[in-house]
Amino acid sequence: MAKLIVFAILAVVILASAVFCVSTKRIMRAATALLFVLFGVAGLYFLLDYTFLGTAQISIYAGGITVMYIFAIQLVSKRTLQGLSERWMGKRTLLAALIALVGAATVLGVFCKNKILSELVSTNTPNTEVTMEVIGKNLMSADKYGYVLPFEFISVFLLACIIGGLVILNIRKNEEVK
Amino acid sequence: MFDYAFLILLLPFLSAIVLGLAGMKMPRPVAGFIGTTMLGVLFAMSLYTAYHYFFYTGEYTAMGQTFNVVDGRLASGVYPTVTVFNITWLKFSEFLTFNIGFRLSPISVMMLVVITTISFMVHIYSFGYMAERDEKYKFEEYEHGFQRFYAYLSMFTMSMLGLVVATNVFQMYLFWELVGVCSYLLIGFYYPKHTAVHASKKAFIVTRFADLFFLIGILFFSFYVGTFNYDLSADPSLVGKLTAVATNPNTAWVIPTALFLMFIGGAGKSAMFPLHIWLPDAMEGPTPVSALIHAATMVVAGVFQVASMFPIYIKFGAVEQLHWIAYIAAFTAFYAAAVACCQRDIKRGLAFSTISQIAYMLVALGVCFAIENEEGGLGYMASMFHLFTHAMFKALLFLCSGAIIVIIGSNFKEYMGGLHKYMPITNACFLIGCIAISGVWPFAGFFSKDEIVSACFQFSPALGWFMTLVSGMTAFYMFRLYYVIFWGKSYYEEDPENRRKPQEVPFVMWGPLVFLAIISIFAGWIPFGHFVSATGQSAEIHLQHFHFSSVAWFSLLAAAIGISLATWMYMPKNNPVADMLAKRMPVMHKAALNRFYIDNVWQFFTHKVVFRFFSIPIAWFDRQVIDGTFNFLAWGTQEAGESIRPWQSGDVRHYAIWFITGTVALTLVILCLI
Amino acid sequence: MIPVEYFFVLSGLLFFIGVFGFVTRRNLVAMLISVELVLNSVDLNFAAFNRMLYPDGFEGMFFTIFSIGVSAAESAVALAIIINVYRHLHSDQVNSIENMKL
Repeated sequence: MAKLIVFAILAVVILASAVFCVSTKRIMRAATALLFVLFGVAGLYFLLDYTFLGTAQISIYAGGITVMYIFAIQLVSKRTLQGLSERWMGKRTLLAALIALVGAATVLGVFCKNKILSELVSTNTPNTEVTMEVIGKNLMSADKYGYVLPFEFISVFLLACIIGGLVILNIRKNEEVK
Repeated sequence: MFDYAFLILLLPFLSAIVLGLAGMKMPRPVAGFIGTTMLGVLFAMSLYTAYHYFFYTGEYTAMGQTFNVVDGRLASGVYPTVTVFNITWLKFSEFLTFNIGFRLSPISVMMLVVITTISFMVHIYSFGYMAERDEKYKFEEYEHGFQRFYAYLSMFTMSMLGLVVATNVFQMYLFWELVGVCSYLLIGFYYPKHTAVHASKKAFIVTRFADLFFLIGILFFSFYVGTFNYDLSADPSLVGKLTAVATNPNTAWVIPTALFLMFIGGAGKSAMFPLHIWLPDAMEGPTPVSALIHAATMVVAGVFQVASMFPIYIKFGAVEQLHWIAYIAAFTAFYAAAVACCQRDIKRGLAFSTISQIAYMLVALGVCFAIENEEGGLGYMASMFHLFTHAMFKALLFLCSGAIIVIIGSNFKEYMGGLHKYMPITNACFLIGCIAISGVWPFAGFFSKDEIVSACFQFSPALGWFMTLVSGMTAFYMFRLYYVIFWGKSYYEEDPENRRKPQEVPFVMWGPLVFLAIISIFAGWIPFGHFVSATGQSAEIHLQHFHFSSVAWFSLLAAAIGISLATWMYMPKNNPVADMLAKRMPVMHKAALNRFYIDNVWQFFTHKVVFRFFSIPIAWFDRQVIDGTFNFLAWGTQEAGESIRPWQSGDVRHYAIWFITGTVALTLVILCLI
Repeated sequence: MIPVEYFFVLSGLLFFIGVFGFVTRRNLVAMLISVELVLNSVDLNFAAFNRMLYPDGFEGMFFTIFSIGVSAAESAVALAIIINVYRHLHSDQVNSIENMKL
């Protein structure tokens, strides 16, 4: 029951922040609201006893990505910071709201129509913490539940992204040198 | 022993490729030198092959077959048919394969020698001819392409050699088309000239039309007989297959029909009436080409084809068709001779003479009714003999006319006359050619032509007399040509100040003339029957042993009458008799000038019948229905593209809307369906 | 014990809020922020389903970990591109890169 209350609080925080995030005109506020959403999601991970996941969420998302966003926002237009570029109540907003509502209704409809999910839930199993040791071993093993291949892939992928980001940002520099 | 034979096809092919691709990059003498050297090698090889084929004593193997020969002959007294190689190219079915091979038989060896000799002479001669033309007509844009010319010549030589050594009729057809293409390219060599383009198209279309029948004939033949092979001595199983087809009453029609259809193809190439119309126009090509292709080699492909099939004609019930060939050819001979009597263009005159002489060869083949030389097979030997000698003296005549044309700068007899003073060597060579073609003892034409006439008399005296008459006409028109060129009124002397003085051609041109003239004098004394005869056994040519029959006397008499008539009419400066005759019989004269309107008949037929009733509806169908369909498709695609194009706005959010909407819609649809 | 449906509904709502933001925003950075919302909703779903339906397995959790890594990389590259676009075009609005379609 306590968990349910915590869940309710977190859900309210997440949804409220998310709505604020997409509706505010000022982009810095949107970034801040995103931070709250990320914290909320991290809280849900803790609730699910995925401690490592929650920690990763906070350190990577909340700590890393959000800061990057804020830097990027500082680097681009002043108009955006002052909230001058966004407009409301256009045709597009109505359309987007319609699509979002219909989509959400559809998803919920799917869910209501299929009772299988709730039947599948195994209520007996206790919530056990997945230890760091298990995660580390699984990440580096090639057995069943071993993820060494995706792990290596994502390492290369991250490297490619770092190089790609640097190259993209460097184009201008080269031009200036020339 | 003949292992090197593949080089005979490969060398000219390589030379054609090299000259065709890189020719324009190299200077003219180099290109000409490559082509000529290669042909020289080929000439030497052919002579070597012929020598070994006809005179070798000992044993050799080819394709796993062992030939034990004495003086080139097997124990049975005939020359062997040697297949040097035979590669399967396409396998149509289990029994029917298309091979490319190299086959030596007496006539293919003879053709090898003829082709390479003439081609070699033409290559040397062209050095001078093309250079003279290039020099004289520098201002004319189209006189370039010396290298291209040699590339085509090499290509042609390769194709023609491939034709004569074909092991099967399909290979023959393949190379047959190749020589057609080369002929087309060479007739249209001066392509900025309209007449040349028209002539090349005409030649290509007419021969191609005839080749269609050849193909149909091949299809009939191969379908029923089950093989493309045609040489009875090369393929032992062929006799059995042919007998099976010929004795079965249901399929007895096949062999004669197929052979006659094939002959129609040959008639197209060999310019038999009424498919002869392309050959006179083909004279638009450079004169060395006319000598090589349209006098000596390609145009006798039809004769060669009939000769190759000759044993099948005789042994499998197509003798009747052979006689049809004789009648067609006899008429052609007469017709062409009549037209040749009043041509103004000297090359056209020679072209009609060629038609007439090829017709002679086909008559000789057509009058045969048996294989044995003494009992009706004489014509085969006579025909091949005439092919050989005619190739030599007709090439000589054409090369002489080329020398004259290059000096005068025109094809028309009005611009000539009195040239004997200025061009003594050409004069002598032309005269030798004329005497040879007229059939005067002891020149080459006498022997071959009289063999033909004798063969005709064996078949039917009427035809014999008819051919004697034509041989008299031959003498007449050839000497008429000779006199109007070299004697009579001189165009230059009428106005020596303003007109170019004719002079003798350079050595590079008269050298080949003299060479061919010598052959034309002595070729008749070759014991040809020893090498080539219908049975393959050695045959005697009685004339060579001074056994003159009455036939020979009559044809000599006809030639004498023809020559004297021509001398009387055309030797003097003015030709009162000829003019008077032309005035007296204007209709005849005009008709002969216009080649008896055969071209117009074809023109009418193609334009008024074929075009109106076939081509125009087909064109309409093509334009309206087929093009319409595709235009509609293109239009629909374009319109659809135009209407979809705005969706590609470049706005990412736009795409996202469509994407999400689509996903949601799809989910809803699936939801409804479940 | 929290029923799995709750997580499902929450992530569904979060997803469509993100979609709404993505469609309405004109600013490229703001659009990217909306994409992060969408990604988070999906991550949440993975983790919840793993825990609720198949507590013995780790697939959902690992997928989430990888997804976090990928999204970090993606936003880094995307921000680099946006900054570059801004340098070239002096605009960070989405309609300024429309001409990239050509």
